[in-house]
Amino acid sequence: MQAKEVIARRVAQEFHEGYVVNLGIGLPTLVPRYLPAGMHITLQSENGFLGLAPLEGEPLPGVVNAGGQPCGLMPGAAMFDSAMSFALIRGGHVDVTVLGGLQVDEEGNLANWMVPGKMVPGMGGAMDLVTGARKVIVAMEHCTKEGEPRILDRCTLPLTAKGRVAMVVTELAVFRITHGEFVLIEHAPGVSVEDVRARTKARFAVSDELKAINLG
Amino acid sequence: MALDKQVDWSDVGPLFRDGISVMFGGFMGVGTPDGLVSVLRERGTKNLTLIGNDTAAPETGVGPLISDGHVSKVVVSHIGTNPVTGKKMIAGELDVDLVPQGTLAERIRCGGAGLGGVLTPTGVGTVVEEGKAKMVVDGKTFLVELPLRADVAILKAKRADRAGNLVYERAARNFNPIMALAADLVIAEVDEIVEIGEIDPDHVMTPAALVDKIVLTRRL
Repeated sequence: MQAKEVIARRVAQEFHEGYVVNLGIGLPTLVPRYLPAGMHITLQSENGFLGLAPLEGEPLPGVVNAGGQPCGLMPGAAMFDSAMSFALIRGGHVDVTVLGGLQVDEEGNLANWMVPGKMVPGMGGAMDLVTGARKVIVAMEHCTKEGEPRILDRCTLPLTAKGRVAMVVTELAVFRITHGEFVLIEHAPGVSVEDVRARTKARFAVSDELKAINLG
Repeated sequence: MALDKQVDWSDVGPLFRDGISVMFGGFMGVGTPDGLVSVLRERGTKNLTLIGNDTAAPETGVGPLISDGHVSKVVVSHIGTNPVTGKKMIAGELDVDLVPQGTLAERIRCGGAGLGGVLTPTGVGTVVEEGKAKMVVDGKTFLVELPLRADVAILKAKRADRAGNLVYERAARNFNPIMALAADLVIAEVDEIVEIGEIDPDHVMTPAALVDKIVLTRRL
């Protein structure tokens, strides 16, 4: 199973019936594929609506996702302006946001919006999402393409938000951050705690209830 | 009898001058009035300050204004989809002020709603807080973000009546309604103009009192 599928399958287990969810661009958009049959969630799109759905048929005028790509609308979708959209986000009306990350640290800080001197795309809605969503899940590959750890004792890149990450899901491990404690709660099948430590540059505790990620 | 606010395209050009600040509706170009952007180009305006969500792509939304050097400053949340913006920023030809998207929306709303600013938790503990006042309310830290206004707002709507009541289409609404409050001159490019009374009052998204001029979408 590919890393992205492992991550998406595990993140899907954090969703519950009726949740309002905002998914970042890329890997997070894979998560709905792995929801249990019959579970209903509502996807929020920060450009101004609730009820995002996959595109079916021809693109319709004005119906685009937060990446500007044509998409669909669920029956019962609702459109609104940007102030309302971010009132939902900042005001705690989004149950979960799932975003990619460049770095996460043991204090729950996230860096995912710029690399000084290299990539300055702007934060878009990411800072508001990470600040305001009730639960922030970072879904990312454990290390960079060069094999450098992305989970650090302290982020070195500019932060997106401070102390807001509740969970980190990678293809190797799942960490939970509660009360300032960074805890390994699950590992991928066949991956040992030592394997995780070797690829992680953060101090973490190991849960008494450590178990393998359920990929069923 | 309400004023008929429809104008011809030839009337629009003289409304724009060099050095003005322009709020533009749109998200990746969706909800941006392409005809009004073209007029800003054709008129050869210079040193514009653009305020809006993003700089779209080089050939979409406000992208062409940046590519052709009409703009000296942008206040936006995202430039990553338009490499020209980044290049001009690095070359020192374009001043880029990056603002979190929700903060941008609230600053515009404040500018149009007579508010002196807004307290937001977004950006606390990040580079966004640099140079800003903070306030603690009930033990939680907020940044004081100040209002934004512009000389002109250019909006895109699906339908208007002759008085200027506006209806937007789907996600093309985005920043348009809040910008209608926050500029001295508000011009809407609309796909359809109907008689006064034809839009159900319950369906009006931006009231006519906020809109100064309407112009029928120019098919480019």
